[in-house]
Amino acid sequence: MENNILDLLLFPEFILSVGAIAILLIGLFTTKKTFSSTSNLSVILLIVVGIIIYINKNISFAYFNTFFKESSFILFFQILVVIGSIASIIISSNYYKDIKLLRFEIPVLILFSTLGMLVLIGSNNLMSMYLGIELQSLALYVLAAIRRDSLQSAESGIKFFVLGALSSGILLYGCSLIYGFTGSTNFNDIFTSISSLDNLNLGIIFGLVFILVGLAFKVSAVPFHMWTPDVYEGAPTAVTAFFAIVPKVSAVALIYRFCLEPFGDFYKEWSQIIIFLSIGSMFLGSIAAIAQTSIKRLLAYSSIGHIGYILIGLASTNAAGIKGAVIYVLIYVLMNIAIFTIILSLKIKDNYVEKINDLSGLSKDKPVFSICIAITMLSMAGIPPFAGFFGKFYIFIAALEAELFYLAILGVLFSVVSAFYYLRIIKIMYFDDLKIPNYQTNISSKASLILFFSILTITMFIFYPSLIINIGSDISIEFFNN
Amino acid sequence: MFSISLQHFLFLGAILFTIGILGIFLNKKNVIIILMSIEIILLAVNINFIAFSSFSGDLSGQIFAMLTLTVAAAEAAIGLAILVVFFRNLGSISVEKISNLKG
Repeated sequence: MENNILDLLLFPEFILSVGAIAILLIGLFTTKKTFSSTSNLSVILLIVVGIIIYINKNISFAYFNTFFKESSFILFFQILVVIGSIASIIISSNYYKDIKLLRFEIPVLILFSTLGMLVLIGSNNLMSMYLGIELQSLALYVLAAIRRDSLQSAESGIKFFVLGALSSGILLYGCSLIYGFTGSTNFNDIFTSISSLDNLNLGIIFGLVFILVGLAFKVSAVPFHMWTPDVYEGAPTAVTAFFAIVPKVSAVALIYRFCLEPFGDFYKEWSQIIIFLSIGSMFLGSIAAIAQTSIKRLLAYSSIGHIGYILIGLASTNAAGIKGAVIYVLIYVLMNIAIFTIILSLKIKDNYVEKINDLSGLSKDKPVFSICIAITMLSMAGIPPFAGFFGKFYIFIAALEAELFYLAILGVLFSVVSAFYYLRIIKIMYFDDLKIPNYQTNISSKASLILFFSILTITMFIFYPSLIINIGSDISIEFFNN
Repeated sequence: MFSISLQHFLFLGAILFTIGILGIFLNKKNVIIILMSIEIILLAVNINFIAFSSFSGDLSGQIFAMLTLTVAAAEAAIGLAILVVFFRNLGSISVEKISNLKG
């Protein structure tokens, strides 16, 4: 195989890391309009990286001795992460300008955490997996605490840091056990060395459980979800948007790959854990969100619930599960982009909307915005004409194919319960009295374009479902052929 | 003749790891102690890696340990920075005071 040094220049992670450092320096040495120039440059860099990821599927030189892998599953999730990062930078720039948080570090930190996510999605080795997770999380800790004069932001940063570092430590301990008992850190070698065993020995099972605990922290699945609502509430809303849209995607991709690639033969060992995480997340996501008054906390619990549904696809361990997860994650990202674009642009007097009751009677003042919120909420609840329904539909199909009937039944029941709080928002917007007559909107033209496209995809999905569903089936077929 | 085997190293690693976890959960006074506990966890893992690597003759565990050390340094730096921001806002680093966000 021809090894060309120039190929390295087309390695997306390489371009992203060099570009992020360059943008950091540009931000440091420019004096005027630092924030807007760095965030525009970051968007351009991410678009370039996304295109390179898409066109350039085979660079064997850059795999650094099987540290990384490529497959269409990885490709899809990497592109989704890049798109989510681009969207979250664009939709949040007006918000940062408005609250005077014009720190050029924010887009740079988003770039670094995106780099970490690309690394961890593509990782094929415990080392690159751990380094990717840490690069992602370290940037996220700083982002959560970026508003230095706010106690809430600092507190969310410290909570996120302590729990995140604990989870990384647990994950790393699991890595050390798996390394010790299989003799390798490479996913392929781990797979071959355990495939000759009839039963996993205790050391490997311990390592597997520790790593799953660490990953469950990162996806915020239920017994390990406690940081999510606090961090979502305390961090500035634009940072919350990034947290909701992007890191979940990468962690979901990793938990799928980690369970199905090195430990694919031993699904009996981990499927019980995944089923437990899934049922717990769906339960808590639907019950705990009912009593919330803050929109950000509600969305935090809603994202916990969505993670529960996505994990059903992993528990069913079949091609339909991969297909369902791919479709669900894509729709989840779109719905979160839509709802956060709205939250980040809706103001009452000088404050941004934070409480659910702030939306009371919104439809009489801002009918377009309330239609968009209503569509997104109906889609999140999984009500048929909208995209969210199809996400749940394909996930439940996978559960039925794997004969996990109770999981599918519980999933449907919990999604009915969660429809309550999604519909409550619609009720508050449309049937309650208008308390505050002057809502203001602060939405840039690019952000409104993003909102338009995400709402369009959510509503029009039913007419052209094959566009996305075909991607899902291609990925799932390739995933199980390798 | 008593010799130190892999099990002894693993016991040491496991004990240090448990001390680190308990240090995070039982501590009520000071966030600095949490940061120290996180360091203990990472070092316990390093002992595991080095022991496995040395007893199996495979070098990748030692490389992993070096990477872990680097990450631990970065993590401590970021943790202390966030702690300074928190202290400036509240004037205290008591664990019990980290309770504004609930629900």
